[in-house]
Amino acid sequence: MTSSRRQVILGAGALPLVLTAGRVLATGTDTQAASGAYGEAILRFTAGVQPRLGKIRLEIATLIDNGNTVPVEVSIDEDALAPARIEAIALVNERNPQPEVAVFHFGADARSAWVSTRIRLATSQKLMAIARLSDQSFWSHEVEVIVTLAACIEP
Amino acid sequence: MTATPARRVRTLIELPSSTRAGELIEIRATIGHPMETGYRRDASGELMPRNIIRMFQCELAGRRIFTAELFPAISANPMIAFRHRVQTGGELLFRWTGDKAFEHVERRLLNLR
Amino acid sequence: MTRPRQLRWMIIAAMLFWLAPISPDAAEPASPRPTGQDHKNSVPAGDPRRSGFEDMSRATQTLQRDDGQNPAMLWVRDGERQWRQAPGPGQRSCADCHANAEQSMRGVAAAYPAWDVRLGRPVNLAHRINLCRQNHQLLAPLDAGSDDLLGLEAFIAMQSRGLSIEPVTDERLDSARQNGQLLFTMKIGQLSMSCAQCHDEHPGQRLGGSTIPQGHPTAYPIYRLQWQSAGSLTRRLQACLTGVRARQFPAFGDEMVALELFLRHRAAGMPFEGPGVRP
Repeated sequence: MTSSRRQVILGAGALPLVLTAGRVLATGTDTQAASGAYGEAILRFTAGVQPRLGKIRLEIATLIDNGNTVPVEVSIDEDALAPARIEAIALVNERNPQPEVAVFHFGADARSAWVSTRIRLATSQKLMAIARLSDQSFWSHEVEVIVTLAACIEP
Repeated sequence: MTATPARRVRTLIELPSSTRAGELIEIRATIGHPMETGYRRDASGELMPRNIIRMFQCELAGRRIFTAELFPAISANPMIAFRHRVQTGGELLFRWTGDKAFEHVERRLLNLR
Repeated sequence: MTRPRQLRWMIIAAMLFWLAPISPDAAEPASPRPTGQDHKNSVPAGDPRRSGFEDMSRATQTLQRDDGQNPAMLWVRDGERQWRQAPGPGQRSCADCHANAEQSMRGVAAAYPAWDVRLGRPVNLAHRINLCRQNHQLLAPLDAGSDDLLGLEAFIAMQSRGLSIEPVTDERLDSARQNGQLLFTMKIGQLSMSCAQCHDEHPGQRLGGSTIPQGHPTAYPIYRLQWQSAGSLTRRLQACLTGVRARQFPAFGDEMVALELFLRHRAAGMPFEGPGVRP
């Protein structure tokens, strides 16, 4: 087999690996600063503080039928929170035309939170939920999702 | 959605028929709305202006228990569900506001046993 | 090999990789046959027919199963309101003639398209609703695909949920059904493809990122995630025709109803899930 043909076959095989890249997990409790509009949106919500990993949970299917309507759930348990209260949760995305998805605000005495909604994801990307607690600490959970495109895009 | 003037706003609200103090209840509210992102182009290539619901608020007996700020990344016909630890019953007020002076209010009763 | 030619072969090799058949288990594991509202009468064991429901991700299946999450319910509720409301002072509502839809419309959606005596041809449910409006309510017909028409269609479809799609036994429908079969199997459009090529020969395989379903009309009208709206079987078929770059069939015309009639016949006995959710 000539080296150029070998390159072709290896190149074709590598494509699925690129497209099904696994989830990026932060190690420890400190997250790494994200870049671009995504990173800036995170820091806007946290007033410049890098959020810590934990307490909040972001649930979303990792392989998505259609990026137009993707169910997501964010939750934070009473045990994980106590004695602080939950003030707000932000949802931020990496690759849509704008990074903000939603910000949820809770009642003054909220000891736990659970929210479910449906969002749009333009392409495969990272999604992050960030919680602001009453002690002004920030906690995050980041998920990487794969969005396949529809076969026939209608006009 | 085909646009007609003064389009009737459709909503679907789910909440328990009755509850008691201390219970964690789930409230689900869906509203019919295109949530036009402002990033799509029409057939002639023109950018379609943004038309979204920007805020969803829920009050119970006059106190705000939940607010959601929404952005174009929220799907059309937005459904928002949240859980609330019941302390009092009373009138639940749901308010959606957004672009093009959009405002819609629904009222329900949260019955305490 | 020169670089541009190398690149072309890479692209072709990658396309072949992606268009190669993938077993349905490769992505998400197949969900067990769902119980409850959408599969009360399952197809008998050994029946090779599958609803598009089974090709969807679990998350999308949940959207359909739970009425509290199914966006099509916005249209169902609106249809219910329209059913009860007189269109104007002194005018008849649907309920004035048909009373309670839960009884009078039970099984109706699962038995359409059906023969219309006055027109002397088959009509689909949306057309029937419009004929009722014109003939019995003296109202203008609703636009095909309008939210009002979809609402009534969705509400009526709801009354067939869990029932089986009725086989086509009315002899008057024979020639339309046969025309529908011809349309299903003939190659059309600039891409020169037939419905059968994808939906009979390659269901379960992939076209781009989408799994090809068998194409049974078991859940219409559907809330299609791609549309971010509800739509009828007619809209879905028009999308397919656009996809193969074929001349469009008008919404209430002969070809469209013939095709819908054939699809109903092809799905006879399968459980009706409407209104459903599809990607």
